[in-house]
Amino acid sequence: MFPITVKPFGDTAILMEWPQKVDEAILNDIIGFQEFLKTVLEAKWVMVPSYNSLTLICQNSDFEFTGFKDKLLEWYAAPRAEFSLKRNLWKLPVCYDLDFGLDLETTAQKLVISVEELVQRHTSHRYTVYSIGFLPGFMYLGGLPKNLETKRRASPRLHVAKGSVGLAGKQTGIYPQDSPGGWNIIGRCPVPMFNLNRKEPCFINVGDQIQFVPIERATFDLKIIEAEVGIYQPEKIVLDA
Amino acid sequence: MLKVLKSGFYTTVQDKGRFAWKHKGVPVSGTMDDMARHRVNTLLENPSDATVLEITMTGPTLLFEQQTYICLGGAELSATLNNEPIENYRVYPVAQGDILSYGRLEKGFRGYLGIKEGFVFANVLGSTSQYIPLTNKQCIKEGDEIEYYPIRSFDPKLTNLKVGDYLENQELRVNPGPEFGILTQKQQEQLFDLRFSVSKENNRMAYQLEEKIGEHSITMLTSATLPGTVQLTPAGKLIVLMKDGQTTGGYPRILQLTKESISILAQKKAGDTIRFIYG
Repeated sequence: MFPITVKPFGDTAILMEWPQKVDEAILNDIIGFQEFLKTVLEAKWVMVPSYNSLTLICQNSDFEFTGFKDKLLEWYAAPRAEFSLKRNLWKLPVCYDLDFGLDLETTAQKLVISVEELVQRHTSHRYTVYSIGFLPGFMYLGGLPKNLETKRRASPRLHVAKGSVGLAGKQTGIYPQDSPGGWNIIGRCPVPMFNLNRKEPCFINVGDQIQFVPIERATFDLKIIEAEVGIYQPEKIVLDA
Repeated sequence: MLKVLKSGFYTTVQDKGRFAWKHKGVPVSGTMDDMARHRVNTLLENPSDATVLEITMTGPTLLFEQQTYICLGGAELSATLNNEPIENYRVYPVAQGDILSYGRLEKGFRGYLGIKEGFVFANVLGSTSQYIPLTNKQCIKEGDEIEYYPIRSFDPKLTNLKVGDYLENQELRVNPGPEFGILTQKQQEQLFDLRFSVSKENNRMAYQLEEKIGEHSITMLTSATLPGTVQLTPAGKLIVLMKDGQTTGGYPRILQLTKESISILAQKKAGDTIRFIYG
């Protein structure tokens, strides 16, 4: 239980907020409460969890805020059966080839380490998905080790290729589609982060964990073909929260 | 088929949008001016979310290959059917070979073309609205063909509708956003005292406003945003997120437009002025 607040967010949404901290215990509490809400809310509600908030958006009709706020607080305070929160650890392959890692060498130089050391640091941590937004399938990952923090590029690129893996400030992540971007690009992931040909276009959920696994260029090429024909199966380990 | 002879400045296929994928970063999309879509579809006795064309600033030239009924709404774009002027919010029959074209932009910024039973367009994640990369194209292009049902007879209950002049309305009704409380007294007053003008940076994703209300250095964790959310950048600039806007953001959300005000803003172009009205 955390001290939470419930605010109106325009006439179509409600914002529930937890203490303003990047904290896995808070994120887990939010995801757990969201799972509970899925069992009691009507289908017209869409929920967007992110870091320390859960936004409930009403799709097609207005609602009465005060009554709903009381209900939410009551649900949150009520003793709930422990949810067996199934969170996944996804092992995402990344090819740290210089063809893909356009800024790999300069980033290593800035950090005063070798390229191998940079890859070693980037792949030896688990990152938590605190939010998905900005673009379809874009993950906000927490848990970047301090010794990988770098400034973003002085001038953003107009075109960053889909799958590019970047580092910027306290963040690391994957560009889910071709887009402009200012992150330092260190590799490329062949697994699509958003794929309409799948029943669940984005297999990752807020609360999941990510670990990057280095792969050779030949494996990357093979996985790209698998992705194109839709038979890729990212490696997953189910974690107990 | 509806054949696109000229595409116009920016013409897109839209319905009411896709809602169920916001948690995976997919914007709502859908018509910028929902009121216009609703009215056009009401006159055609379509479901309110039937697919329409959204026509921005300069209209397309369109050839109808089957007979049906159409209704225009939203911006006034000097539309003609076979060179005869036609008006908004009135149901017109069209015959095979008829040509709809548009002239000068008179009022507003986004016009709508509704058709009996709605356009037939690929449904992606619950919506026909064009949005790259979910759909192959982000707008229609010359030579495109858009499917619709041939309709021989339709006897509308209402042939036309008088619509209040919301296109000229400069008042946007707002509620305080979640971070309204972090503003200084002065900033709060400025929000409601100043007139703001629409910047050149305005599109289906967001409308930036020119006038600033003072810098701030408040940081917050990324959280959900909605169409109609007014964000405050650290430089004091206001950004109003619209239908293709990002689903999360890290700037303070200081105001939230009502649904009706989103429609009003959707009809504004660079240089137009607006003011915020509480409630």
